[in-house]
Amino acid sequence: MAEIAEGGGGHDKGGKKRPKKGSTRIDMTPMVDLGFLLLTFFVMTTTFSKPKVMSLTYPAKIEDKPLEKPLPINNGITFLLTKDKVFYYTGQFYAPGNADGKPVTILEETNFSPSDPKGLRKLLADKNAFVIKEKLLLDEKLKRKQIADTTYERMLNQFMSKKEALKVLIKTDDKTTCENFIDLVDEVKIAQIGVVAPLELMKSEADLLKAKL
Amino acid sequence: MPKIKVPKHSPSIDMTPMVDLAFLLVTFFMLAAIPRETDPVDVTTPSSISEKIIPDNNLTVTIDKGGRVFMNLSHSDARTEMLQNMAAKYKVGLTEEQTKKFTIMTSFGCSMKELPQYLDLTSEERKRFNTIGIPTDSTKNELKDWIYYGNIAALNTGQTKFLEAEMKGDKPNANDFKPKFILKVDGKAAYIFAQQVIDIFRDLNLNNLNFITSAEKAPK
Repeated sequence: MAEIAEGGGGHDKGGKKRPKKGSTRIDMTPMVDLGFLLLTFFVMTTTFSKPKVMSLTYPAKIEDKPLEKPLPINNGITFLLTKDKVFYYTGQFYAPGNADGKPVTILEETNFSPSDPKGLRKLLADKNAFVIKEKLLLDEKLKRKQIADTTYERMLNQFMSKKEALKVLIKTDDKTTCENFIDLVDEVKIAQIGVVAPLELMKSEADLLKAKL
Repeated sequence: MPKIKVPKHSPSIDMTPMVDLAFLLVTFFMLAAIPRETDPVDVTTPSSISEKIIPDNNLTVTIDKGGRVFMNLSHSDARTEMLQNMAAKYKVGLTEEQTKKFTIMTSFGCSMKELPQYLDLTSEERKRFNTIGIPTDSTKNELKDWIYYGNIAALNTGQTKFLEAEMKGDKPNANDFKPKFILKVDGKAAYIFAQQVIDIFRDLNLNNLNFITSAEKAPK
């Protein structure tokens, strides 16, 4: 009565009823798709490169009092930084009414543009032409394998600390951003300058800077 | 009569080796990507041409746009030592679990008073934690103590690693194992914030600092 009819009437094609033989292979295409999707994702998100650093040596603190007398400096340039602007003077600083009776230091303006003939890059390259010339000669020698890597480094450092090489002092006011500061140090390094010292802004320099703004 | 059949090649090729390789690579990249715990702050560093790679043993101070200060120490054993010294000095009680959490964390930025509470949060919650960062003002200069103890702890771990390397018969350079001091500053942050931190380093007679910068092509 309530049975399910099995098979239907009679055999279909005669012979034994065989269980259907499944293939041992499965379709792997979707899995492969997923696999490669994940692969692409991880390849793109993984960053192997470690961050780069730029080292800078600050002058050691000797006393707590801020410097009020300018340091005697040989072949130096001093940069005064403020927000997105950069001023400089070369050599010694002479405040108005100084004891030596020298004319007051005049600040010149420059900028961060690499292509501008009045820009920082050109200025530093001109002032530090001595070291850059020597570096080119050393580069040539290194290329022709006349000197080793270590010798190259040592000789370059020697030239950088010579009397003819430019020395850079950096002074910042309170509106300077870190980007301005690092950009300037970067330019200094591009110009192969070995001696860089970030210093505190003197009162007389700050006044001069304020007058320029 | 059955016809003679030309052996028919299946149009599907065996993909097993390719799949094996693909999954091997997936596993590799997954493992390489996951252990990065994210920093509690996002910092956009300025760019420079420097090609020096960040040293292994380092103490990093992060300064964000608003001048908040965070700190990180690369070696986990050194972190534990630093935390124990700091907790003892400021008389802050920390549970074992909190210490463990601190060890595996990345940068942290909070005052000593907030520290136990800060450690109980997950790394996502820490991003939203309302804090002024590590205090750096001269009356309550906690950063100075962190750097002081961090330096000692990192020196100790560096020395252990150096001795291990020496035992193995390599000729290690002692300088590579000394802790280096890294500043990670946001380009938009005012330089006086960085200067404050730099002055703390200089007070401790640590004058050689490194700024993290994103790479830029050097001009010809």
